Amino acid sequence: MNFQSKSMRLNTAWRSAANYLVSGLSILATVLVILPLLAILFYLLYKGTSSLNWAFFTHIPAPVGESGGGMANSIVGSGIILLLASLMGVPIGIAAGVYLAEFGRGRPFATAVRFTADVLNGVPSIVMGIAIYSLIVMQQKHFSALAGGVALAIMMVPTITRTTEEMLATVPHAVREAAFGLGIPKWRTVLSISLRTASPGIITGCMLAFARVAGETAPLLFTAFGNEFWSFDLNQPIAALPLQIYKYAISPYDEWHRLAWAGALVLIAMIMVSVTLVRIFANRGALKGGN
Amino acid sequence: MGVDIRVENLNAWYGQTHTLHDVSLHIPANHATALIGPSGCGKSTFVRCLNRMHETNPIARAEGSVRMGDVDIYKDASPVEIRRRVGMVFQRPNPFPTMSIYDNVASGLKLNGFRKKRILDEVVERSLKQAALWEEVKDDLRKKSGASLSGGQQQRMCIARALAVDPEVLLMDEPASALDPVSTSKIEDLIFQLKSEYTIVIVTHNMQQAARVAERTGFFLNGKLVEFDATHKIFTNPSDKRTEDYITGRFG
Repeated sequence: MNFQSKSMRLNTAWRSAANYLVSGLSILATVLVILPLLAILFYLLYKGTSSLNWAFFTHIPAPVGESGGGMANSIVGSGIILLLASLMGVPIGIAAGVYLAEFGRGRPFATAVRFTADVLNGVPSIVMGIAIYSLIVMQQKHFSALAGGVALAIMMVPTITRTTEEMLATVPHAVREAAFGLGIPKWRTVLSISLRTASPGIITGCMLAFARVAGETAPLLFTAFGNEFWSFDLNQPIAALPLQIYKYAISPYDEWHRLAWAGALVLIAMIMVSVTLVRIFANRGALKGGN
Repeated sequence: MGVDIRVENLNAWYGQTHTLHDVSLHIPANHATALIGPSGCGKSTFVRCLNRMHETNPIARAEGSVRMGDVDIYKDASPVEIRRRVGMVFQRPNPFPTMSIYDNVASGLKLNGFRKKRILDEVVERSLKQAALWEEVKDDLRKKSGASLSGGQQQRMCIARALAVDPEVLLMDEPASALDPVSTSKIEDLIFQLKSEYTIVIVTHNMQQAARVAERTGFFLNGKLVEFDATHKIFTNPSDKRTEDYITGRFG
């Protein structure tokens, strides 16, 4: 009896020690995950804020040898390319995800689509740039904002498709049955019940895809190409923040280096702001007690 | 008003498994009919054949004739048309999680393209009253999600949702099995009131429940309808030995 209670005490001590150990390890892992992000952010703030001024947001780049200038055209250009990419990539990605989850279950074609999406996700971004270069730029015989948008859209599609499929798969079958039981046709059920129930997860997927391509440089090198001047023509080369950062960062001038840091800071801020805005917008209609 | 249901030689399969064997019976209009039997006996499959829900499973198949009033639901109509005439309440409450209470109840009409707000308001109020839920939720119809209600309230909301499309038949697949005794008795009271206007078919594991709410009871065993008769006869003087064994608790 005595022996037993003693061993039980030991056991409890060991268990609580193990509990502290494992909790400590997971806190450590969390810190390790967050640390690089914070380090990057603080370094960007440290290096970039000094060059951020009104001119940065209102002027186009100054010619070599002149000081001043900004990245206004790159900021707007990135916005245009990303808008184009989202307009093409989000609907196609979601539609493909809906097909995989709701209509293609168990069909060989769906398996092929799923496999293709996974492979496409692994295609290096520079390869995507070259592919769009030969498919669009070579045919048109000039670089264009549109080509850049297509390159980024294709990179967004696999992520959006796979998350849409996974999120739709988490919608309980009972909810779909409830809709069928009311005589609601399948297409209506998919649009108004399944997609709506899964929408928080799908929006997260879209934002992940967006944030990923927003910082891509390689696919834009031979497609959007970059531009030192204002351009709003979708058929002409257009400036983009990552391209401008790249160009300034490899230049020999100190001032351009500082502008590159500021550009990187603005790029990250733009991504964070747009992700936050979409989240707020998407949560607007949420009801009390819903899940 | 409800219609009667005539089932003749209904067979159903899941893949290779033959789950219903030649079931024939006549379910009277505007009465409650209970289906009892041990788990896996085919009673759920049977009610799911009555609104063609069975065939939503890609490996499932059904054959035979089911006439509601004068419509053969397998020959004369599409599944979607049938399900608008036949409401269904499931074992577990299944509210649409992103919708308010109002939208849950109105969903059958709204998602089929009905938009007149004044009539929707009336239908939602009438259905919630029929389901004895109106008093509890009337103040947060649009504010609260349907999923925020308690289990028993959710199930009554699902009944209101089924009633809102004005069905002729109401199928209930163990509607109280996931609920506590108080909610269960509310649901039973409800069935008692609704059966004068609708043809109700209720699957239940609970024999007392069948005895309390239903005029007629069918006993299923191994995919076959063993006996179908007036409820008091089934429970006091069954003609089949297997029914007697089941209701006296010798198996199942």
